[in-house]
Amino acid sequence: MDNSRKNKLKLKVSAIKDGTVIDHIPAQYLFKVISILGLDNIENQITFGTNLESEKLGSKAIIKVSDKFFENDEINKIALVAPHAKLNIIRDYDVVEKKVVEIPKEIRGIVKCFNPKCITNNEHIITSFQVVDTSPIALKCKYCEKHTVGDQIKMQ
Amino acid sequence: MKRDLISITDYSKAEYLEIMRLAAEFEALPNQDLLKGKVVASLFFEPSTRTRLSFETAISRLGGRIIGIADPGSSSTSKGESLHDTIKMVSNYADLIVMRHPLEGAARYAAEVSPVPVINAGDGANQHPTQTLLDMYSILKTQGSLDNLNIFMVGDLKYGRTVHSLLMAMSEFENPIFNFIAPQALQMPAEYKMYLREKGIRYFEHREFTDILNEADIIYMTRVQKERFSDPIEYEKVKNVYILRNSMLAKTKPNLRILHPLPRVNEIHSDVDKNEKAYYFTQALNGVFTREAIIAHIMNLK
Repeated sequence: MDNSRKNKLKLKVSAIKDGTVIDHIPAQYLFKVISILGLDNIENQITFGTNLESEKLGSKAIIKVSDKFFENDEINKIALVAPHAKLNIIRDYDVVEKKVVEIPKEIRGIVKCFNPKCITNNEHIITSFQVVDTSPIALKCKYCEKHTVGDQIKMQ
Repeated sequence: MKRDLISITDYSKAEYLEIMRLAAEFEALPNQDLLKGKVVASLFFEPSTRTRLSFETAISRLGGRIIGIADPGSSSTSKGESLHDTIKMVSNYADLIVMRHPLEGAARYAAEVSPVPVINAGDGANQHPTQTLLDMYSILKTQGSLDNLNIFMVGDLKYGRTVHSLLMAMSEFENPIFNFIAPQALQMPAEYKMYLREKGIRYFEHREFTDILNEADIIYMTRVQKERFSDPIEYEKVKNVYILRNSMLAKTKPNLRILHPLPRVNEIHSDVDKNEKAYYFTQALNGVFTREAIIAHIMNLK
């Protein structure tokens, strides 16, 4: 089967008329992505699949949201859990635009500071980080000023 | 807009110099009624008698009134009140908050919650900017300039927040040279060395005291603490290596001054105390003038 046919078949399975398809989400972070984007609190039609085979990720998840078009700032919030996510913007069943996510300069909430002595781990405070490096990702806590790097990054 | 002092890098070089200028004014005339009618909250969520007395002396010399927590065991925090609520309440009462807290980032958070200025008097192992400013004032006073100085930092350079902040602040001035003398386990962290390399500032690392000391303008001593070593044998090996003795100072430069944030344990032998190059007790007194200057600056009193 050639690639274009493959793609068409895939689209046919769960095609949406207008909206956004978020592909290449690591399967273990599907629900995290849903919660970061607030998809659990909107009325739009949403279909998702998970534990799908992926050459790149091993197993991936995909989300299709009807009638929803994300702002870059909004979608970039998922970059920490799904750095390889790809977006297809659909209008009238056609992909009209493709986007990749970018790691933002600042991250509010989402991530926990790795420092147990940081005030954010001891009071109810929304965390806030400056992204000081991207490979590996290094986040400087606005409060304790310590760097949370790579594997130390844990979601709240 | 209100100003806070949370981290030494919150201030510019021009502001450091302005605070130095004010500190000299307060040294010449320590009692000035600039805070008359004002209430300052001194919140020490962990005990630090030395820093608290220095601040409270500065506030008293400025004619301000002090309310506060000196013993965290007796405060509402021990009843489980959040820092948020304590700061909300206190900032209703006071015109300025000086706070010390065991958790890192507590001061930055308090500054966000409080409508009145917050001065960080130490937040865990993170920042202690008023110490850095008093160190700079001591350097300026003894050397006549903050440019072209060869600064030696000795002891615990890994965990010592005072040396990290001083390094950052002194890097703003012309042509500094840093010499680090520390055991392997307590070396200056890579991020600070990288910072110096990026700024093109020269630094050298040593494992022990040598004749290199004769090039120093400032020796900044810190305590090597036993609890910093995972292996007690390592501590036993190095504990006597980082002790400064009077005999080592014979050929040092006449302008050399020895600084220490205090309290010291044994890292400066008491035979150094009578040497005119020993400056640590005067340094502590400079803290009062520097804190008067910081308060006056932050409250727009001068």
